[in-house]
Amino acid sequence: MSGAKALRSGPPDAATAPVLPGVRLGPVSFVWRPWQVLVTLLLAAVTFLLFCVSIGVGDFPIALPRVVATLLGRGERIDEFVITDLRLPRALAGLVVGVALGVSGAITQSVARNPLASPDILGITGGAGATAVFLVTVSGGASAAVMNTVGLSAAALAGGLGTGLLVYFLAWRRGIEGLRLILIGLSVSAVMEAVTTWLLTTADIRDVAQAQAWLIGSLDNRSWDEVRLALWGTVVLLAVVAATAFPFRPLHLGDDVAAGLGVRFAAVRAVVLLCAVLLAGVAVSAAGPVPFVALVAPQVAMRLTRCPTPPLAASAVTGALLLLGSDLVARTALPVGLPVGVVTAAIGGPFLVHLLVRANLRRDGTA
Amino acid sequence: MNATAERTATQRMTPIRGRRVGGLAVLGAVLVTAAAVSLAVGARALTPAEVWHGLFAAPDPDQRLTEIRLIVRTVRVPRTVLAIVAGVALGVGGALIQGHTRNPIADTGLLGVNAGASFAVVTVTAVFGLSGPFQYLWFAFLGAALAGVVVFGLASLGRGAGHPLTLALAGQGVAVFLAAMTTAVALSDQKSLNALRFWNAGSVAGVGFDVIGPVSAFVAAGLLLAFVTLPAVNLLNLGEDVARGLGVDVALSRTLGIAAITLLAGAATAACGPIAFLGLMVAHLARSLTGPDYRWLVPYAGLLGAIVLLLCDSVGRLVVRPGELDAGVLVALAGAPFFAALVWLGKVRNT
Repeated sequence: MSGAKALRSGPPDAATAPVLPGVRLGPVSFVWRPWQVLVTLLLAAVTFLLFCVSIGVGDFPIALPRVVATLLGRGERIDEFVITDLRLPRALAGLVVGVALGVSGAITQSVARNPLASPDILGITGGAGATAVFLVTVSGGASAAVMNTVGLSAAALAGGLGTGLLVYFLAWRRGIEGLRLILIGLSVSAVMEAVTTWLLTTADIRDVAQAQAWLIGSLDNRSWDEVRLALWGTVVLLAVVAATAFPFRPLHLGDDVAAGLGVRFAAVRAVVLLCAVLLAGVAVSAAGPVPFVALVAPQVAMRLTRCPTPPLAASAVTGALLLLGSDLVARTALPVGLPVGVVTAAIGGPFLVHLLVRANLRRDGTA
Repeated sequence: MNATAERTATQRMTPIRGRRVGGLAVLGAVLVTAAAVSLAVGARALTPAEVWHGLFAAPDPDQRLTEIRLIVRTVRVPRTVLAIVAGVALGVGGALIQGHTRNPIADTGLLGVNAGASFAVVTVTAVFGLSGPFQYLWFAFLGAALAGVVVFGLASLGRGAGHPLTLALAGQGVAVFLAAMTTAVALSDQKSLNALRFWNAGSVAGVGFDVIGPVSAFVAAGLLLAFVTLPAVNLLNLGEDVARGLGVDVALSRTLGIAAITLLAGAATAACGPIAFLGLMVAHLARSLTGPDYRWLVPYAGLLGAIVLLLCDSVGRLVVRPGELDAGVLVALAGAPFFAALVWLGKVRNT
């Protein structure tokens, strides 16, 4: 409907769009965009730099060359201990969660053809959060050990997946339409929020502080166990996305075109969408529902690469960049103990409003 | 128009008007019943006779009856009164905001008033060390009002302001931003975290008349403004240009309407915490009963709001005994599926 159409940043008109050179490799063909590749590589370089800086910063500061040397396996003993055992899990968690959220957002935004269709707004992260808080409050402080490791991650993942499926099926009515998907997502989010709030009022205050920090998204005290899970989950899911999505780039073409392209296209889109939900779930399981990275990263990547739709690779890198940068700000500039989600929400809330106001100003009076 | 034609017109109008007045009377009766139920149910269930005694009997030497009197007068009555006041405020506010925005999914809970009030509550708790509801009520009200005006302003920027999604998303953007700030404050201060989590669930329990008094004053002011603007809302629903052509001062009516909505939603939120979807739900129920005439729709929505909130609060006291489920949680559990159904049935179109 015109609502979805009006809110998306649509592809340029056929008449004005420059004709881009195509590349064909056997069954695979794609448009060669040198600018997009260049920007993505630049972003990746900056992300790596930030990753190293993030590892170097802390109570025991380590200079950048020594960080790089240690990462390459040629560091001193003391650096090696601090970096691999203490700093690396946190930085890796930031990297992986950022990538997962970026890709997840890029996929959902492409499929819904709406910049607002991110896992936060669709209720996926809210569902994961509610399940995790349920586990925290029901198990109580006694099983903190269980909670901090696999149990919490699994619960969040299951909650995210369940909520994602629920929203999808509720919004299904002879196809998926962007506006309906978002509105249903908002209402499911509200239910999850209500449940979370109620759980928090009934819980012990110590659990509440822990749950509250977790609920806004935090990278504090990551252990290798949690990171390993998120890392492998993300790698596998990204591989699936790459293998299925790459030959079928036009995810954003909408239901009518999809129907024209046949059953296989619809199946591929369903698989990719499922991957997006799982990626969001993995991210939540590792860091909690970090708000707005999935919304902001694809939009920023799209503008930087000058693509008409959110590019997957660039969104992944931008997500990592955003999360690592926000974490660095949270650790260095803010009072002690504030989680990374506070920073991303502080960036993301105004960004959402900006998207909205700009879409409003651009739109004609009827929509 | 001659006398005969006028009489015919009156005769034709009468059944509808009569039905509407009758409907109001029925709703009033339901409200009284719901209030009676709300007085009777709870951790200590009371019989109607006991409720009657608690309300009206003079102090009694009998130990047991004095206890009942205490329960009824200091716990149940304030709770019931607050549910009615807040329910009316949210119902009228919800109907009014739908009328002013011509947006079928508008709800006072979506205006960010909740987030604004939470932020104000934790901030003043952290900064000034306030603890009682009466102390932070004013700040909650201020925060709610400010956030409401900001969201409304953002959502009405530009020519695309009529889109149903705009208000919801502007509210979401501001709410998440404020929620993050709230978390930041709450995590650095244990006391405000504690204040926040109880206030945040949306409950009509544990508030005394010292809070209900000022809240009712705000709600009364809001209702007064609301009823003044009702005829204009009817015309605004025909479109701003038509309304202007018919002699409505659009800017003035909008300002009065927003002021009324902010007063109603802000006061209810300050007293009970966030209760979302109530206004949305009852506005649609009211519309299905009365049709689109806001002069009737709004009073119906107010009564329905009070009834629904009373029932949710009563049910919440019964379902998870010995604990309680906060009214706000139950309203969301009922209201969100309602909202989803509206979306699914295609009631949400571009206006």
